Amino acid sequence: MTVSRTPAPRTILSALFVGACGLAVLLALVPLAFILFFVISQGVQSLSLDFFTHDPVPVGESGGGMANAIVGTLILTGLAAAMAVPIGILSGVYLSEYRGSRFASAVRFAADTLNGVPSIVIGVFAYAVVVLPLRHFSALAGGFALGVMMIPIIARTTEELLLLVPNALREGALALGATRARAVFSVIVPAALPGIITGVVLALARIAGETAPLLFTSFNNRFFTTSLTQPISSITVQVFTYAISPYEDWHRQAWAGALVLVTIVLICSMAARIAAARVARIRGQ
Amino acid sequence: MSLESVDNKDVETMNPPVRLPRPVVRAARTPVPEPVTGSRLKIDVEHLSFFYGEKRALEDISIKIQPNVVTAFIGPSGCGKSTFLRTLNRMNDIIAGARVAGRVCIDGDDIYRPGVDVVAVRRKVGMVFQKSNPFPKSVFENVAYGLRINSMTSSKSELAGRVEESLKQAALWDEVKDRLHESALAMSGGQQQRLCIARALAVKPDVLLMDEPASALDPIATQRIEELIYQLKTNYTIVIVTHNMQQAARVSDYTAFFWLGRLIEYERTDKMFTNPTEKLTEDYLTGRFG
Repeated sequence: MTVSRTPAPRTILSALFVGACGLAVLLALVPLAFILFFVISQGVQSLSLDFFTHDPVPVGESGGGMANAIVGTLILTGLAAAMAVPIGILSGVYLSEYRGSRFASAVRFAADTLNGVPSIVIGVFAYAVVVLPLRHFSALAGGFALGVMMIPIIARTTEELLLLVPNALREGALALGATRARAVFSVIVPAALPGIITGVVLALARIAGETAPLLFTSFNNRFFTTSLTQPISSITVQVFTYAISPYEDWHRQAWAGALVLVTIVLICSMAARIAAARVARIRGQ
Repeated sequence: MSLESVDNKDVETMNPPVRLPRPVVRAARTPVPEPVTGSRLKIDVEHLSFFYGEKRALEDISIKIQPNVVTAFIGPSGCGKSTFLRTLNRMNDIIAGARVAGRVCIDGDDIYRPGVDVVAVRRKVGMVFQKSNPFPKSVFENVAYGLRINSMTSSKSELAGRVEESLKQAALWDEVKDRLHESALAMSGGQQQRLCIARALAVKPDVLLMDEPASALDPIATQRIEELIYQLKTNYTIVIVTHNMQQAARVSDYTAFFWLGRLIEYERTDKMFTNPTEKLTEDYLTGRFG
């Protein structure tokens, strides 16, 4: 048998194709690299300890920070999670347990639609059902808007993860005399828990970066507050306010805010993955 | 390659000293108890038919299963033996479109009578599956699961005692006593299957249904399971589905042969394997089909 020294056309074609795929990946990563580069290079200059411990100062004064906005974002995402995690997980359980039913298909369709609703529309909705009755902007309204956005994400993630749990585990639990609910909550949900935790944290990271639903729900607040019934600041709205202002000082603050936000989101994502991997390892999965 | 570097996990020699079960012909060693009748029967099935939607999977099956013996169900793939086994603890209830006609009496009570507590039925009739299915929890929690959900123990020490007792019954205690709180999924296939048996025994069922419990195991692990079945029959009524005719001959006292959803022959194992009544049984046992 003779071995040809020139590569066959299919080998060249294959190499070209793999090369094209690699190039596409690089192109996709370029925007991320630029975003991180600009946010870090611009943000680091204005970042200081004061930024985390001080509230904003009036125009013209130097210094000041976003302590109020950082705490505000934590409160808003906390409120959203308190609302969306139980509803989302229980809906996900329903969707996976009654996956064949007509109502489940309707719920699944509704969740996907809700997931696609523009966030500004969700802000308007929260304005109508929370802000108007209470007659003023509040952290509650902002948390509600973010919670509404989180519910479909968590519900669909939970459903998909529960469907991955082998049916043999359910049968094992039922054969030991477990009721259906008991089997679900003592065996099936715990088996999917690492994935569900990751899904929840990723959903949190996503809504933490939302601005539109907060513009006329939680509004903004120049002062530090932890009151749920008062307008509250958030990093995103604060960055928006500073970025559209004409002042150089505020622009720098906006970059620093953007850097803090990106860092929070990245830390959340990584923490979720590490936590899930650790839980999975403890269980020997 | 040195001998130590061989991964022995699969043959379960991780925890020396290892006592391999003696290969013995059990059927010849113990006398089969005298058959009982009426309400002393453990399982009495009358005219049972089973449907998956329109399709009839089991046709008019009647069988009387004796207490404290091992009954084997044999037959070619798709003959309905597993489906029939699963009607005995109502595991088929969870299949959409499944329907049952006829009666299945356990200790004289029809488990398909309206108003029967299915949870109570399954507690009384335990089950071990073909593929071991330990929960992704620790060894201890796996065995304790049935005890916890049924609130069967009143104190921590009682719970621990029952877990230990069950693991000993399943001949697993010596291998796992030092790692009770490690993941059950880290054990070998044979250990996982014995853990599933321990888990089923913990709730103290009367009947143990085993659906090809050794089909995924190597010969040594299989031998251990068979030895275990032999020991357990003094306290439990065991029904085992098996593909392996030699296994049926080794472990069972009675054998039922299924074919195309019907019960063709039900006899004492020694009689069936030496002198079957039906031509079909003989053809199957001699390997002419199936």
